[in-house]
Amino acid sequence: MRGLEVTLKCHKIVGGYGEGEALISHEPICFYLTNPKTGIIREKGHELEGKSVANKVLIFPSGKASSVVQIDGLFKLASNGVAPKAMIVKDVETVLIVSAVIANVPLVDRLEKDPFHIIHTGDFVKVNADEGKVTVIKSS
Amino acid sequence: MYLTKEEERILDGEFGEGMRKAMELLVAIGDAYDAEKLIPITRAHAASSGQEGDMYFVELLAKGGASCRVPTTTNPVYDMEYFHSIFEISEEEAEVPRRVKKAYKQIDAILSWSCTPYITENIPLYGEHVAFSESSATPYVNSVIGARTNREAAQSALAAGIIGKTPEYGLHFKENRKGTHLVKVEADLKDEFDYTLLGYYVAKQIGYGIPVFTGISKQPSTEQLINLCAMLNTPGAVPMFHIPGFTVEAKTVKDAFQGDVPEDKITVTDDELKRTYEEIRGASGKIDLVMLGCPHYTLKQVEEVARLLRGKKIHRDVSFWVCTSATAKLLAERNGYLSEIERAGGHVVADTCIDEPCWHPYKDKTGATDSPKCAYYRRFKEAVITRLKDCVEAAVKGEWG
Repeated sequence: MRGLEVTLKCHKIVGGYGEGEALISHEPICFYLTNPKTGIIREKGHELEGKSVANKVLIFPSGKASSVVQIDGLFKLASNGVAPKAMIVKDVETVLIVSAVIANVPLVDRLEKDPFHIIHTGDFVKVNADEGKVTVIKSS
Repeated sequence: MYLTKEEERILDGEFGEGMRKAMELLVAIGDAYDAEKLIPITRAHAASSGQEGDMYFVELLAKGGASCRVPTTTNPVYDMEYFHSIFEISEEEAEVPRRVKKAYKQIDAILSWSCTPYITENIPLYGEHVAFSESSATPYVNSVIGARTNREAAQSALAAGIIGKTPEYGLHFKENRKGTHLVKVEADLKDEFDYTLLGYYVAKQIGYGIPVFTGISKQPSTEQLINLCAMLNTPGAVPMFHIPGFTVEAKTVKDAFQGDVPEDKITVTDDELKRTYEEIRGASGKIDLVMLGCPHYTLKQVEEVARLLRGKKIHRDVSFWVCTSATAKLLAERNGYLSEIERAGGHVVADTCIDEPCWHPYKDKTGATDSPKCAYYRRFKEAVITRLKDCVEAAVKGEWG
């Protein structure tokens, strides 16, 4: 299946294009609880603790935490060049949208298939938010 | 989302980069929530924070030539001059708040620096469509006043203030403003702190939703409602509630639910309030500071502090702070409350939030407060949460419990 390419429709929230290796989180993410210089998640007990979101296409259910900290968190990652290249989520809320607009990170939801089934950590993913398309290139 | 010709042109950058970015944000939110269009708003409140993300966005708007199309108030940062006279503040530390303040002035925001502008300089009327961020502000204007706002983030409210519009979704529609949880209050709500405990307990139970309170028989005060609003958004995210008979939008419980009243209910007795208090109050012992005014104290609360301190002296090892609005501080000065508090050894400071870097001298200290929200965001190490009069007593003795 390696190299197999699948293109899925999605719903644009924040426009733009981003590509990179997929990183899946089944838990919500608070960007304030990452190292702003490296993008490494430092939230104790988080399934991605110790992993870096830098330059990844991040697939996660939703954001969490107050607007002030979430926005500041993603913004700092972006200023240091270690933000995700794009984000695919299941449930959006205002704070995550604002964070993505300010940090200029493409954000999409409503993939035509469950992203947690179709995408696995390590796959290569191209997110074309403007055209409402996500392309997944399987790694195995 | 449908955009008018003018809105398209804003999004294309014809009116400058500032308005383009604000419009991009509103369109993203509208698309996410399937709004059909933007609707005009009459006012906004931006929960500015003086953090770097906040600074970036407001400077981008300012540099991009944007300014507020409708009156837009600002949340507290901190009063640098006041703090500078007491603590050492480095140039580096002062830079972010200074730049934030300058940029908000440049975009023509109303520089209220207050988290309770809805009782002073930014008061909507019933039915107005507005965009209010800040945990106590959103539910207050929705519930107590009956204006209509979604639970905005600081920047989405600011973008709405810049464009003068907001996407039409959620609480802008009457059908989305109906109750989701019935809360039967059997507890005797005696003071402001009881409303704090009520809000905290209910938010922990429901997380998100629109609670409808029954059993409250006495007219709640402004201060009690402010506390209820703030605490419903400390362990929870409650954009609105109804108290039929007191809040404006529903006269009866049936009205509040727009039809069927749910059978399930949450009952709050004196026991629940007592247990909530036991859970949050913190350990007895020596205290180093008292922090009041989260949300900002009203003039009436500042007066109460002055009265409780009358004839007393704050312990020499205790710092005593009251955060309030510029308006309330001015009137407190006129009425003599300010000098009474200062004579006892306390500080009254305007324009300042409890969650700012200016409080760093207290990072290893133990503080007492009457606000679980203050304790949640605290800039000190250990927290005691109790009634105002206990906080004052602890300040005088230097210890609590």
